[in-house]
Amino acid sequence: MSFTLALAVLLAFSAGVYVLGRRRAVAQAPAETLHSLPGYYGTWVALWTGVPAALILVLFLTAGPRLGEALLSADPPSAVATLPAETAQAFWSDAQALADGKTPSNIQWTPEQRAALDAKAQQARSFNAFSGIAAIALAAVLALGGFLLAWPRVAPTLRARNRVEGWINLALMACSAAAVLTTVGIVASLLYEALRFFASVSPIDFLFGLQWQPQIAMRDDQVAAKGAFGAVPLFAGTFLVMIIAMCVAAPVGLFCAIYLSEYARPLTRGVIKPLLEILAGVPTVVYGFFAALTVGPLFRGFFNYIGSWLAEGPLDPLGQYLMGVQNEMALTAGVVMGIMLIPYISSLSDDVINAVPQTLRDGSYAMGATKSETVKRVILPAALPGIMGAMLLAISRAVGETMIVTMAAGSQARITANPLDSVTTVTRQMVEILTGDQEFDSPRTLAAFGLGLTLFAVTLALNVIALRIVQKYRQAYD
Amino acid sequence: MTDQAQDARLRKRHAAESRFRWYGRLAIAIALGFLVILLGRVVQQGYTAFWTHSITTSVYLDPARIDRTDLEGNNFDYIAGGDLLKRLGVKDDELGLASGEAMDLVSRDLGFQILDRIKKDPSLIGKTVTLTVPVKANADLYYKGEIKRSTPAADRKLTDRQMAWLDRLKADGTVKGHFNSAFFTRSDSTEPEQAGVLGAVVGSALMLLVAALIAVPVGVLAAVWLEEFSPKGRLSGFIEVNINNLAAVPSIVYGLLGLVLFINWLGFPRSAPLTGGLVLALMSLPTIIIATRASLKAVPPSIREAALGMGASRTQTVFHHVLPQAMPGVMTGVILSLAHALGETAPLLMIGMVAFTPGLPESLSSAASVLPVQVYLWENAAEAAFHERTAGAIMVLLLFMIVMNSAAVILRRRFEKRW
Repeated sequence: MSFTLALAVLLAFSAGVYVLGRRRAVAQAPAETLHSLPGYYGTWVALWTGVPAALILVLFLTAGPRLGEALLSADPPSAVATLPAETAQAFWSDAQALADGKTPSNIQWTPEQRAALDAKAQQARSFNAFSGIAAIALAAVLALGGFLLAWPRVAPTLRARNRVEGWINLALMACSAAAVLTTVGIVASLLYEALRFFASVSPIDFLFGLQWQPQIAMRDDQVAAKGAFGAVPLFAGTFLVMIIAMCVAAPVGLFCAIYLSEYARPLTRGVIKPLLEILAGVPTVVYGFFAALTVGPLFRGFFNYIGSWLAEGPLDPLGQYLMGVQNEMALTAGVVMGIMLIPYISSLSDDVINAVPQTLRDGSYAMGATKSETVKRVILPAALPGIMGAMLLAISRAVGETMIVTMAAGSQARITANPLDSVTTVTRQMVEILTGDQEFDSPRTLAAFGLGLTLFAVTLALNVIALRIVQKYRQAYD
Repeated sequence: MTDQAQDARLRKRHAAESRFRWYGRLAIAIALGFLVILLGRVVQQGYTAFWTHSITTSVYLDPARIDRTDLEGNNFDYIAGGDLLKRLGVKDDELGLASGEAMDLVSRDLGFQILDRIKKDPSLIGKTVTLTVPVKANADLYYKGEIKRSTPAADRKLTDRQMAWLDRLKADGTVKGHFNSAFFTRSDSTEPEQAGVLGAVVGSALMLLVAALIAVPVGVLAAVWLEEFSPKGRLSGFIEVNINNLAAVPSIVYGLLGLVLFINWLGFPRSAPLTGGLVLALMSLPTIIIATRASLKAVPPSIREAALGMGASRTQTVFHHVLPQAMPGVMTGVILSLAHALGETAPLLMIGMVAFTPGLPESLSSAASVLPVQVYLWENAAEAAFHERTAGAIMVLLLFMIVMNSAAVILRRRFEKRW
């Protein structure tokens, strides 16, 4: 709260400084003889006053509590040193909660732990108070310092506009850096946690192991406490769902694109394209709902019916199997994911097909080819690299798609090529691991980051290849 | 070559042509058919969520049965159930089973309402109060025809006599059907008849606000730098490739980033709109940058040259002339990417948004629920009554997305210039 107040005060101060700086510039010389417009002088002084101080405040707001915690747990009292890791964690969060005036957990601490807890809470409270005051004081010093630095230099010859533009350029660069920093952040966070995972499970076992049973590693005293972290069944499940999805989406999407770009009249195109965009804009959780409550029961009913028809006949085993098919299966997730990908493939291929120069079509028609012959023999071969790129991008989306498989594919890790089996995927397992209780030192939780890193690497490779192909192809006709 | 052979071949080619055309039509029909089925199923399953039934009942607050010393401990629902039974003219059995069954027809909200009233005015004890509360979800499902008499008694949630009572209550006007306003004015609840989407809508709005406040300025300014200021060379090429790749990173990976960076390293609160908004902001940043760059590119160089020729500086040219001209395109891109962020679920599951959160979020850093996650949670709920609410929540979500998308389309149509 005091930080919000401090920010507001700072903002008001900077606004006042803007007016002062502007006045000072105008007072020194007639407006025509100034180097820049008067407003630039005010802005320049206000920037020096406000920006460094605001940065300090925001920095303390985000990193301050973390720093406090680190300092707090730097020297653990003897009562805590003997506690197991989890309880110690609870101890620290309780100390923090007491310091913040919130209700601590309902763990019964022993008297000496209680005393240590209170001492730590007191320490945290005083640190919080101190750091808050220190941050605000530092901000005030910076604001005044910036103001005192900039104020005397306001003079008609000061190139205020150029300086303000320098600030603006700096801000723009910082914004662009945010995009790069996001990538760095993704790679760093995934690598950091994944390396911790690979410290307890060898990468070879993870990438090539055939057993996925992370749920066993919940307690140390159990016999099979290690769990099994072979991710091959997950890769197989992801692959199976992706293949089914592409079998639905690739032909339908491609033919949609061909029809829209080569056959449809502008009016039809104008109606159908927005409709396909609606399909593309439907949130994936809605597709998941559709898969779980409509498509799944439908497929199950269909296969159970066929099964009951085949049972007792010559194909009895098959019939018995079909009668046991459940809602959650690879086919459900795959088909619904395919529906989701149709507009994606269609719009990407549409762009690529439209980029094929008209001269190629005209040449083909002049030779007497029909439209379909032109499409099959001229346009598609010319657009092939671009279409391959589009397919790769769609595959990358299918691999990373989460909600549909979470809601419809199942949770049994198995290696199968049977679309009627329930399979599990990389993303589904990540959700399963990270939505339950988490301890950040168990291999079970960290396994999600191993999976995440693999997923990131695979989709990144697919995207890079796809973008390369698309770009290369585009240059061919320019 | 004879004419006949030529004709036959031409016929074959034309047949192939028409077949090919029909494949195209078929593909379009399949895609649009899926759209119709998808939306149709949602509406078919969800429209009943907007209709519900309430019961108006009077309860005699018998002083003999109410413990004044421990008001919270009283089972007002049971007392009300007994009164309902009397009204139906049914005598209770010794074990009080019939009262229990009658009690199960009325929402637990009844007990809380009575408690609230007594707390406010203790003199009510000994008097008769009349209250209107929703019927229990199962009773509601019976009125809507979801629970049928034809189902074997063991498989349905209501007994034969409960259904007979419900029929009588409906017939004598005690139970009335009405628009389900509670669905829009309440938040999540374990009782389906009291569950609504307000908390999730507010949570979504807060989260989108945070995402927009961060992603829009940062994204637009980054695009301006990349398009107008950056020295064209290795660095900008690298950043461009970087952004294109970021746009295709699966959303769940952004959730992992949020979990590690914001929650584990920076100590942000779990499940809060602030944290979720930050994750969504990072996720929509690349798409906003790409859309902004595209519309900046579309502004013809003559605008820039004219401004520079009048003596404007590079910064003035961009911010006074180029960016305003590109603004409709920028806004379209921003709205579309925020609409996408609104429907995103997976990254929010990663940062712990699956917690049950009744009530409205108090601040940006308190636990909140958002619409897509609410859909996911209700879809997983065991009670059948949550299924219609899931579809109802989807309809609300789709409504928001349609509004945002139409806004984008209108902006594009009205303000976009063709140079």
